[in-house]
Amino acid sequence: MSLVTVENLTVGYGGKAVVRHVDLRVDPGEIVTIVGPNGSGKTSLLRAVIGALKPTEGRIRSKPGLRVGYVPQRLHIDPTLPITVERFLRLPGGATRDACRNALEQAGAPDLLQSQMSGLSGGQFQRVLLARALMNQPELLLLDEATQGLDQPGSAAFYRRIEAVRAETGCAVLMISHELHVVMSASDRVICLNGHVCCEGTPAVVASAPEYRALFGTGTGGALALYRHDHDHDHDHGRATEAAE
Amino acid sequence: MLDFMLGDFMVRATLAGVGVAVAAAPLGSFVVWRRMAYFGDATAHAAILGVALSLAFSMSIFVGAVVVALAMALLVSSLTGRGYAMDTLLGVLAHSALAFGLVAVSFLSGIRIDLMSYLFGDILAVSREDLAVIWGGAALVVALIVWRWSALLTATLNEDLAHASGVDPRREQLILTLALAITVAVAIKVVGVLLIAAMLIIPAAAARPLARTPESMALIAAAIGVLAAIVGLRGSYLLDTPSGPTIVCAAAIAFAATSLFRRRGA
Repeated sequence: MSLVTVENLTVGYGGKAVVRHVDLRVDPGEIVTIVGPNGSGKTSLLRAVIGALKPTEGRIRSKPGLRVGYVPQRLHIDPTLPITVERFLRLPGGATRDACRNALEQAGAPDLLQSQMSGLSGGQFQRVLLARALMNQPELLLLDEATQGLDQPGSAAFYRRIEAVRAETGCAVLMISHELHVVMSASDRVICLNGHVCCEGTPAVVASAPEYRALFGTGTGGALALYRHDHDHDHDHGRATEAAE
Repeated sequence: MLDFMLGDFMVRATLAGVGVAVAAAPLGSFVVWRRMAYFGDATAHAAILGVALSLAFSMSIFVGAVVVALAMALLVSSLTGRGYAMDTLLGVLAHSALAFGLVAVSFLSGIRIDLMSYLFGDILAVSREDLAVIWGGAALVVALIVWRWSALLTATLNEDLAHASGVDPRREQLILTLALAITVAVAIKVVGVLLIAAMLIIPAAAARPLARTPESMALIAAAIGVLAAIVGLRGSYLLDTPSGPTIVCAAAIAFAATSLFRRRGA
């Protein structure tokens, strides 16, 4: 069965809907990427999935006992708060030091156990956040623009790491990104969001969809060039595929 | 022996100061981490209104102060995000509560009240009953913080991360608010409403350069707070200065000292 099923979801702040009537499903082991312009409701959608935002309409069903790992968009640790990587990884449960080591290794950041969080570089910080998300052997990994502040090689390496983690643990990944060209090659399915689901499908399908091109314009020319464009197949734009479920 | 010791007002005063420091310092760490300094101030200032109401209705001052401080904290929480910046809102509410409290106290002309003792504390007049209330309240605050420590810390780091870990940040905020109200209420007698925020923030800030983990920061803050209470009381005795402010001065000197340590070390 699906890990998470989002049905007809509408969420917003103070009565103003940011995401309207969205259907979404994540199956075990697949990497699903949500792309969309600023203000398209990507983060709100993800926050609803982790339970930080109550739906105003529709519902979100999770597999019973689903283990979720979450990598936030941005984590500001106040400089007045001293905390080592190990202590950070152990929150809130009482994980063992070995578990922390393993997670750091998986996230590609060994040897950081005793470092202060405030002393980490941007790339190290993101890897520690990933390690924290991996602490409870998640079945579903949720990432919100996890590579913000990383340079291009840095974020490419980060996404390769995500793929490696998926290959190792078999966890599903639902992530948000604006770095289309980097992300798309790693994704099984791409969902283009702009308040509602504009189009979805395999990276190649989405990249050639007119809705996607309308949103991202010609600036993605380089990204599109990464893919072979086969226009010899039919596909459904929009939510039709989901609605049929 | 205990009876004999508690008969001495200096011993009672010292125990009262230590009790407040033990509760205020770990709580103060959260106040610092979460940037709630003004929030603590507003809660403390509101307590003077609680004092006035308690006197008017002949209730325990502790209960009155807790209730009004809690009401203030909840009011602030519910009003945030409704068009006013947090600091504006706190500025309005804190000083209004203080002003209303002072006006309310003036209506109680039938009772002779030494207003200064509520504004700046009257630690030398701490009775055995006061001591029981202070230590009871302090124990409750410490127990709350120890019990919720990991969840509080997770919620302090990031609210969404807390949600994803099964921690409800609003509940943790409420627990912190409750602990704050209790601390304010027990600290009135010791340092007074105007200087409570100092006992929350200064020891925690002084502990920061010496700590590597949140736990050690809270413990070091408690140690600095206790030391400030003892040294401050002794100082006020020797120099014949007001006790509450002298305790805060001692804490401030500790802050200056550890700040220099940070410059030098690391």
